[in-house]
Amino acid sequence: MSKAVVNTPAEKKKSMFSKSGNQKLIVFLVVIFLFIFFSIFSENFRKYTTVLSIMDYSYYIALMAIGVTFPLITGGVDLSIGTGLICYSLAGGYLVVHCGWPTWAGMLVSVLFGVLIGLLNGVLVSIMSLPPFLATLCTCMITRGLGSICAKSFGISWPTSGSEGSWFRDIFKITVGDTKYPLGFLWVLLLVMFMAFVLNHTKIGRYTIAIGSNKEATILSGINVRFYHIMAYVISGFFAGLASIAYSAVFSTVQPGTGAGFELEAIGGAIIGGVSASGGAGSVGGSLLGVFVICLLKTGLPYIGLQANWQQIITGMVLIGAVMVDILKKKKAATV
Amino acid sequence: MGDIILTMKDIDKSFPGVHALDHVNFEVRKGEVHALMGENGAGKSTLMKVLTGIYTKDSGSIIFEGKEVEFHNTREAQDAGIVIVHQELNMLGHLTVAQNIFIGREFKKGIRIDDKKMNEEAAKLFERLHIDIDPTETMSNLTVGKQQMCEIAKAISHEAKVIIFDEPSAALTESEIEELFKIIRDLRKQQLGIVYISHRMDEIKVITDRVTVMRDGGYVGTLITNECTKDDIINMMVGRVIYEDPKTESAVPKNAPVVLKVEHLNAGRMVQDVSFELRKGEILGFSGLMGAGRTETARAIFGADPKTGGNIYINGEKVEINTPQDAVKCGIGYLSEDRKRFGIVVQKSVAENSTMASMENFIKGLFINKAKENKVAQEYVESLATKTPGVDQLVVNLSGGNQQKVVIAKWLIRNCDILIFDEPTRGIDVGAKNEIYKLMNRLAEEGKSIIMISSEMTEILRMSDRIVVMCEGRKTGEIDISEASQEIIMNMATREI
Repeated sequence: MSKAVVNTPAEKKKSMFSKSGNQKLIVFLVVIFLFIFFSIFSENFRKYTTVLSIMDYSYYIALMAIGVTFPLITGGVDLSIGTGLICYSLAGGYLVVHCGWPTWAGMLVSVLFGVLIGLLNGVLVSIMSLPPFLATLCTCMITRGLGSICAKSFGISWPTSGSEGSWFRDIFKITVGDTKYPLGFLWVLLLVMFMAFVLNHTKIGRYTIAIGSNKEATILSGINVRFYHIMAYVISGFFAGLASIAYSAVFSTVQPGTGAGFELEAIGGAIIGGVSASGGAGSVGGSLLGVFVICLLKTGLPYIGLQANWQQIITGMVLIGAVMVDILKKKKAATV
Repeated sequence: MGDIILTMKDIDKSFPGVHALDHVNFEVRKGEVHALMGENGAGKSTLMKVLTGIYTKDSGSIIFEGKEVEFHNTREAQDAGIVIVHQELNMLGHLTVAQNIFIGREFKKGIRIDDKKMNEEAAKLFERLHIDIDPTETMSNLTVGKQQMCEIAKAISHEAKVIIFDEPSAALTESEIEELFKIIRDLRKQQLGIVYISHRMDEIKVITDRVTVMRDGGYVGTLITNECTKDDIINMMVGRVIYEDPKTESAVPKNAPVVLKVEHLNAGRMVQDVSFELRKGEILGFSGLMGAGRTETARAIFGADPKTGGNIYINGEKVEINTPQDAVKCGIGYLSEDRKRFGIVVQKSVAENSTMASMENFIKGLFINKAKENKVAQEYVESLATKTPGVDQLVVNLSGGNQQKVVIAKWLIRNCDILIFDEPTRGIDVGAKNEIYKLMNRLAEEGKSIIMISSEMTEILRMSDRIVVMCEGRKTGEIDISEASQEIIMNMATREI
């Protein structure tokens, strides 16, 4: 009558950790592969300036990706970060350029603006129960309009290199002697490490995963799910704010009305990096690696004679691949 | 048994359209296991949800440790020492065992969560309960039984004074149930108050000290387990509700033709080498515990899930069924256990739902022939005695039993001769249940063949002509109703394979 217990420790599957570790390793190898591939096929790609330009492109996407990893893990999404980034940059820049605010104050405004929109997203999703897709689509439109209003529909150029108050550009690319160094990569790396710590070793991170795993159960565990759900969007907004600073620093002029589509690169990067499209699983480091896949494709493909349009198509296909991997993994987990 | 630790007095709770709790009384003493019994929908879970703050009561009082309390959420109840081990497991699959146990009250070192300490504490907890689980294992990798043990460990780690077990054994194997009982006896010794909700009479006799019975949202009475018989409890549970007698012999003639023959059906882990025959006019019961693979078998036959092997014959002819469309063409209709998700479109009318599976018969040129649709739907409303103000009524406004009738109408209009009823009376109140039963019997008499998957033993014994029993994806027995008994079936459903 008694029945054998079904699984013994020997039979148990590999833990989630090693699974996500595997995916990170694969993505890392893809990054290396792409780099070598483009280097072999294009002489120009091998130059140091190319590395610098890849880095320049990667900062704002990477920062957005770090942030958006959190709403993605809750099973949601944040579409407002792209247009938001431009909006925050324009708002801060306007104050610096036209109102004579010091640069640091403009930067602070950019970040706070991001936090505010993140908070709005969080409230819409968590308290008003709007589907994340819709809520952040609305704030995406709102920030797009707001950005244009802030800048009175003109492009804004934050203080250019050499002029007064341009020190913030050195945060990302510093010139020592005759050589430029991509200093921003260091900050991005530090932030990735910090947010990986937040995700894996603090309450905010733990509950972000818990919400994405099983929201109902998380509520029943007596956790203030509303608060932590909002926090995921606030983090996303905060990092969109940081990304706006990177964007202001790397590009000479910020144009109103742009920014739509940036979020897709960040979200795409996160998903390539192993964030589950249905929530619950993901890592900040993986998201960063995913962003580099996207940035390498974006910068590298023109060097081998493929137009920017092809970059979109290939990125799209890579994304399909990444999502398929996630789905297959789940199917396998369900049948094993 | 010690002093009274918890008293619920005159608890009343209504939901729109349902009087879920009608002045219910309930008490728990220290060091007792108190069974809370009643049929599905009797109000047991609702009462416990009121106790733990998931629902707010309309009136009545809860006295815990001598003080009147009112919890607004599970957290408050937990903090006071009342913890519930839910029927549906509330686990977070992506987190580890230890992370699940201490969710919401993690140990911290500064702002850092101290996972090491959590693992150690969880290990200690398991040691105390004599459970062998690795705290660092990811939750989704454990069996249902082990997940349940984790839930219990979690409950105990709250310094609980009252623990509520909501049908804890439903998904467990026998050896796991033994383990569970050992733990419960341990807890009783430690003077905890334990509420044990279960349908399983034998368990009630083994593990509980007292039994409180509820029926249709009301309090019926409390008995001391040792002083009462199973029949006493059953009488209280069913009360005046008159059940048709269980079938004693099959209504199907021995020589009735086989309409459906399934040979060596395989579909993943949950359907392994299943073979059976269904005769014309027969109601074939599929019995088994949760997770036995009955629904999966039905879905594989219906083409809703991919098969990995096996043959299906209809009226002696081999058929290929790879999609639900194929199945419907073969005259098979499937009534899902989850009506709202798979059975009906709630925001559509009775008529639209009724004709959904046979649209092509109601199309004139490019347009839907509304008049014909309404006429046919009306015929079935009448013949099935569906209670609806009219065929244009939205299905969402009907009761569960009448929704089920709309689904039946849908397949009858489609001319299905083989109907698979998956938990036909789940979520349907007692009166409406009887009607569904009568309807099923009538359909069988008219020559339809029915596969009825049911987790309710009484339903199986009352309706089936023959019974197939499954356990963990395999067919473990097949008996004629004349030889069937609850014990025999349960035996087969839990036998070692």
